[in-house]
Amino acid sequence: MAETALLKVRKLAKYFDVSKPWLARVLENQPAQILKAVDDVSFEINKGETFSLVGESGCGKSTVAKLVVGLHEPSGGEILFDGTNLVEAINRKDSNLVRRRWQMIFQDPFASLNPRWRVRDIVSEPIRVFKLARSSAEIRERVGELLTQVGLSPVDGDKFPHEFSGGQRQRISIARALSSEPEFLVCDEPTSALDVSVQAQILNLMKDLQRRLGLTYMFISHNLAVVYHVSDKIGVMYLGRLCEIATANQLFKAPKHPYTRLLINTIPDMDMTRVERAPIQGEVPNPIDPPSGCTFHPRCSLANERCRREMPLLRNDGSSLIACHAVEEGRHT
Amino acid sequence: MSLLEVKNLRVEFPNRRGTLLAIDDVSFSIEPGEVLGVVGESGAGKSLTGASIIGLLEPPGRVAAGAIFLEGERIDDLPYEKMRRIRGKKIGAIFQDPLTSLNPLYTVSKQLTETILVHENISQEHARARAVALLEEVGIPAAERRIDSYPHEFSGGMRQRVVIALAICANPKLIVADEPTTALDVSIQAQIILLLKRLCKDHNTAVMLITHDMGVIAETADRVAVMYAGRIVEIGAVRDVIKNARHPYTKGLMGCIPIVGHDVEVLQQIDGVMPRLNEIPKGCAFNPRCPDAMDRCFRDRPDLMATGSPSTAACWRYDTVTANG
Repeated sequence: MAETALLKVRKLAKYFDVSKPWLARVLENQPAQILKAVDDVSFEINKGETFSLVGESGCGKSTVAKLVVGLHEPSGGEILFDGTNLVEAINRKDSNLVRRRWQMIFQDPFASLNPRWRVRDIVSEPIRVFKLARSSAEIRERVGELLTQVGLSPVDGDKFPHEFSGGQRQRISIARALSSEPEFLVCDEPTSALDVSVQAQILNLMKDLQRRLGLTYMFISHNLAVVYHVSDKIGVMYLGRLCEIATANQLFKAPKHPYTRLLINTIPDMDMTRVERAPIQGEVPNPIDPPSGCTFHPRCSLANERCRREMPLLRNDGSSLIACHAVEEGRHT
Repeated sequence: MSLLEVKNLRVEFPNRRGTLLAIDDVSFSIEPGEVLGVVGESGAGKSLTGASIIGLLEPPGRVAAGAIFLEGERIDDLPYEKMRRIRGKKIGAIFQDPLTSLNPLYTVSKQLTETILVHENISQEHARARAVALLEEVGIPAAERRIDSYPHEFSGGMRQRVVIALAICANPKLIVADEPTTALDVSIQAQIILLLKRLCKDHNTAVMLITHDMGVIAETADRVAVMYAGRIVEIGAVRDVIKNARHPYTKGLMGCIPIVGHDVEVLQQIDGVMPRLNEIPKGCAFNPRCPDAMDRCFRDRPDLMATGSPSTAACWRYDTVTANG
């Protein structure tokens, strides 16, 4: 492929220390507890494409998003943004030069906008921080353009966030994210808090902006239908690890990893075929104390001795990447 | 006779500036053992309809007109104590967040046996045995041991199972389930849906399933009522409504849901948002967003009418009696 990777993530890890306070730990003679929120995660995102991470709550997808924009410092591994190491770049003095190249859109448009700021100030904050305009007149003009671009009107800049509905607020978040003219947007569940008819408006807007501005998206969601609609490539996460990476078409037409199959099996059947489906077993285990070997083995019908013992690594299986012993050994069909 | 009959229900919220009409002339019925889905966007009035049925409308909200009948008996005007007897015994309730519907200070055992003892005249030991059996029925492993745990010791999915056990413990005829799977992960959601379906079949319990998720409706319901701005705009068998929507709002709603396997570059879009209760336009409430609005839609409010398909819709386009204006 001629496409070039804009973001490369290699063996990314983020551990959180969730131990009790030191004294309590010493008195009760307990070891430190480490939560491996993200472990050994590697993927690439090409310019202009949409890469999605899916998984259930607690699988680490939002942590990856925060790592990728530099809101968390990784415990291991590296993130290369357009060839430069992201962590080093952020810690340099001239970090503003790279920081403006990515932005983030958050889930809850009620919590992510400062209620005491006018929309104009919210949207122009990145412009002011990165000094992208010379005069206040220029800022004002740019904010008007941005608001128009996301389907609002320039006069909305004088209003406060509470004067808008959820969908409109999410448009304001998008306008703010676009104001530093980024190439890369990380969207963490951007439509989960919205009603379906508003979700469609936002998804259409995001796709339209991507086409016009050549944006690259990293999209985080638990809604598989939304992910199917927006993505080029999808990574499925389970307990902090990637278990399958494939193109959207391939993942949904021929899912290979047993967990991917389970997830796809849960999609409500809108075509009303009423086919009886296999019941889904078990729940996501506690990430502080994950199962041995492949963390999915207690819920997996294909698990054998090796799966209980040995952690599978992502390996190339034709056109997709899969971390599963059963797939590797051809036991999965 | 229908199990539940809601006739011309009207719910109002009086406030300083006047009265907000939250539910306007809603009528429907639920047959024994039937699952009726109620779907709509936030603010459409679906949860309020459920709350009116179980008699838990929060003041200042009040049933201003209309009537609700359960097994032929009027229940909307019962005094609080009498309604309390019916709630739990004849109508069970399941809410969205399983953590807030359980008391964190009592063990699951205490909460279940207490509920059983309120409705049935049996000994403490029998009640406990019933409780264990119920937990087993809703799929909680090692129920005998887990029953003495507190709600926080259960995961979200398991908690919702406990809530379901509480709802069915007096064998109610009807369960009002308000967004029972919204707070859960997709794989847990699928489990809970399956459980609800199985329980209804086993006990012949009817369910009023309130949700914003068309997918859950497609999986679970027999019939579906689509609500918009406090009114039912379309009601019919699930298959008819999903495959052959009649009301422009339902059509738009179906078009804007991304579906796996359906490749569309741009999702169909309903512009605008649902009007606030104090800004509901004259005529059909959907008229500002409707692609097919006619003069008449801005003048008169349509009631549910035959559409030439098995479902009925509140849309003037299907009006054949009077001439189009």
